[in-house]
Amino acid sequence: MDCPDEPGNDDCGWYCATSRALLPMTEPILTLTGISKSFPGVRALHNVSLELFPGQVTALIGENGAGKSTLVKTLTGIYQPDEGEIRVNGQVVSLPTAISATASGITAIYQETVLFDELSVAENIYLGHAPRNRFGMIDWKTMRTEAQKTLDAMAAGIDAGIPLKELGIAKKHLVAVARALSVDAQVVIMDEPTAALSQKEIEELYVLVELLKEDGKAILFISHKFDEIYRICDRFTVFRDGEMVGKGFIKETPENEIVKLMVGRSVDHIFPARAATIGETVLEVKGLSHPTEFEDISFEVRKGEILGFYGLVGAGRSEVMQAVFGMTQIASGTMVLDGKTIAPKSAADAVEAGIVYVPEERGKQGVITGEPIFKNVSLPSIDKTSARGFIRMAEEFALARTYTERLDLRASSLSQNVSTLSGGNQQKVVIAKWLATLPKVIILDEPTKGIDIGSKAAVHEFMGELVSQGLSVIMVSSELPEILGMSDRVVVMREGHIIETLENKNLQPETLVRLAAGIAKEKAA
Amino acid sequence: MTDTTTTGRQLPDRLDNPVKSAVLSWESLLVLVALAIFIANSFASPYFLNEWSLSDMTFNFTEKALIALAMALVIITGEIDLSVASIIALASTMMGLALQAGADTPMLVAVGVGVGILCGAFNGFLITGLKLPSIVVTIGTMSLFRGIAYIVLGDQSFKGYPVDFSWFGQGYVFWVISFELVLFLVCALIFYVVLHHTNFGRRVFAIGNNATAARFSGVRVDRIKFVLFCLTGLMSGIAAVLLTARLGSTRPSIAQGFELEAVTMVVLGGVSILGGSGTIIGVVLAALIMGLVTFGLGLLNVPGIVMSIFIGSLLIVVIALPILFRMWRQRKA
Repeated sequence: MDCPDEPGNDDCGWYCATSRALLPMTEPILTLTGISKSFPGVRALHNVSLELFPGQVTALIGENGAGKSTLVKTLTGIYQPDEGEIRVNGQVVSLPTAISATASGITAIYQETVLFDELSVAENIYLGHAPRNRFGMIDWKTMRTEAQKTLDAMAAGIDAGIPLKELGIAKKHLVAVARALSVDAQVVIMDEPTAALSQKEIEELYVLVELLKEDGKAILFISHKFDEIYRICDRFTVFRDGEMVGKGFIKETPENEIVKLMVGRSVDHIFPARAATIGETVLEVKGLSHPTEFEDISFEVRKGEILGFYGLVGAGRSEVMQAVFGMTQIASGTMVLDGKTIAPKSAADAVEAGIVYVPEERGKQGVITGEPIFKNVSLPSIDKTSARGFIRMAEEFALARTYTERLDLRASSLSQNVSTLSGGNQQKVVIAKWLATLPKVIILDEPTKGIDIGSKAAVHEFMGELVSQGLSVIMVSSELPEILGMSDRVVVMREGHIIETLENKNLQPETLVRLAAGIAKEKAA
Repeated sequence: MTDTTTTGRQLPDRLDNPVKSAVLSWESLLVLVALAIFIANSFASPYFLNEWSLSDMTFNFTEKALIALAMALVIITGEIDLSVASIIALASTMMGLALQAGADTPMLVAVGVGVGILCGAFNGFLITGLKLPSIVVTIGTMSLFRGIAYIVLGDQSFKGYPVDFSWFGQGYVFWVISFELVLFLVCALIFYVVLHHTNFGRRVFAIGNNATAARFSGVRVDRIKFVLFCLTGLMSGIAAVLLTARLGSTRPSIAQGFELEAVTMVVLGGVSILGGSGTIIGVVLAALIMGLVTFGLGLLNVPGIVMSIFIGSLLIVVIALPILFRMWRQRKA
């Protein structure tokens, strides 16, 4: 064990000694003791304990693979623990199914909401516990009015009658919260709820969390973002490698202490310093327009430069990048790469020209789940490792090994299925795949979204390495520290237009937020 | 950190033993099943263990299995082609019309194969060009192609194919080894190499596992799917030549139900009906098993309708087995 001190006191991490006077002494609603869960070859959770208190938000912190998701699945009845007990209000409960978890008052809101697009908002809220009339049929009228009441109480501004698919992801989260309220849950688990939200939507979510707190719910909040943990959480619990390594009160614990607990070592939060030698223009995009998504997009990226694209979710940044990558067809506009006009009609065309794209949706667009690492890496450059179209395994493995090792990929072998890798390592596979094609321009769309701090730093460091080797990088990101820490210049987009392109010198985060949100110099009303 | 995933070490190519995984594969199970049916057949009928009987047995599957080879690739990409039997009907009918117009044997073959490719290209255009689902398109062309054959022929039939043409369906290369069997084995070898040892095959699997990510990885998904539908058309055209030559006549009901048997062979061969995995060896073994079963039942004078009940049940069992196996393993875990 590498607990910093007092190895004997393993029941409760080393922050327990600090005062508890800040919060009222209450009995926990949910208590987990000695929970263990193993999968073939993996010990996901080992002797884990957790307490959740009414009216308080507890942050669950840990790198990817620390066991957070397994814990959530144990609490929502999807996995059965091998050992340990779960108590709700002092009563031992078993949660063999998702329904039994709901009945015990535990509900979860996920990063990507697990709701039903084709059903109405009201149906989504009351799915599984719809009000019945005296014939035992669903009482549609009550359901609709009750759902609307809940939504109005949250000031959500959503009509309960419309189909869910008409809502954006932020509003869908609100529906998920409404669902949590309607089942009268005592414990609400929020698994990276802000990962897909814009800054404004995140603020709205914070208000809701406050609402749930006032209601006396116990909230388990899983997040990679420290600013929000410090903003809304009361307590924290840190997991590492399936074990609980520390817990305490957020207000009394500095950020770097928590980071130290997470990674078992101290990590500088500082972005790599780069001595960038920026050369001539590599890619010039002029007047790119799409019928609905974006209009008159012009920018250039130079050799050895990281060009940041900042904006709110839905500003059209990904759409522009997918057009440059040939996946979206444009109505007008031109692209010049190394002095040659290109008009990619498919990703294959773009890759041939030397433009590659690391998509935001890693699981759907990035990796081919179900195939091993080496096949994922070699797919775009298979023509290079083969002889006249015939596969040569040795060359293919060598190519995969070269690029995955450059990225410090953590896996058991090159034949390991990519679906069994953590998010950060999957991202490394996607980047390795593109580096093997020897591109000129690499577009990274939210490259560190939902990946742990360790991998995040690795990706940032690697981006610095790429530009120092003369590549051009375009980075789409919604995280301000990342934009400010990595970019040479920043393009700000709003509602499908480029608002401004700024040199990253003494650039203030507030400036970017204002531009992206369309707020004038004076404060928004 | 003292675990095995420390940094800076060389990643091995693979961890599991390839010999062990080959022994535990679906294909080795198929070999056992084929052997069991072979032994059962030789006990059930005294006429079975005879070189000419066994030679006749191969005619039970060669034409369908030729189609199944191409069908396997289509199913691995996550698509399906249900129009193959109707392509045979249309190709055979067009050969009949060519015969009446005075075509010689090479011309007849060219017509059969050419019509097959055109039909496949038509399917491929509707599926990749107009982005229609393949199951709907090929159910439509299944009726369309055979419908044309019925319009041309009504209750008539074409007869009188030249003697040298009939060699394609009835001829022997040497001893009891028929031309059909040799052609099938050659095609199986080609498909094996293409699927398992070429870039094209690698892309086929990538599409089946995740077509979106494949497209984002620079795979020309639509082009490959188009080629594959042309390929099933081509193989159906070849099957039309063989079948027409073997029967010596064309009726509009020719090759009825072939599509289901071809799909059964593919699925029995271990190709996932959801796409993304499968082997040509599995499909060849499945074809052999289907041939052995139908021939064995034929020797025992089991009526055709019972055989189709058997094949239908086989299809369901084969699809259900891997799912049941997975459920059993999960329960154990």
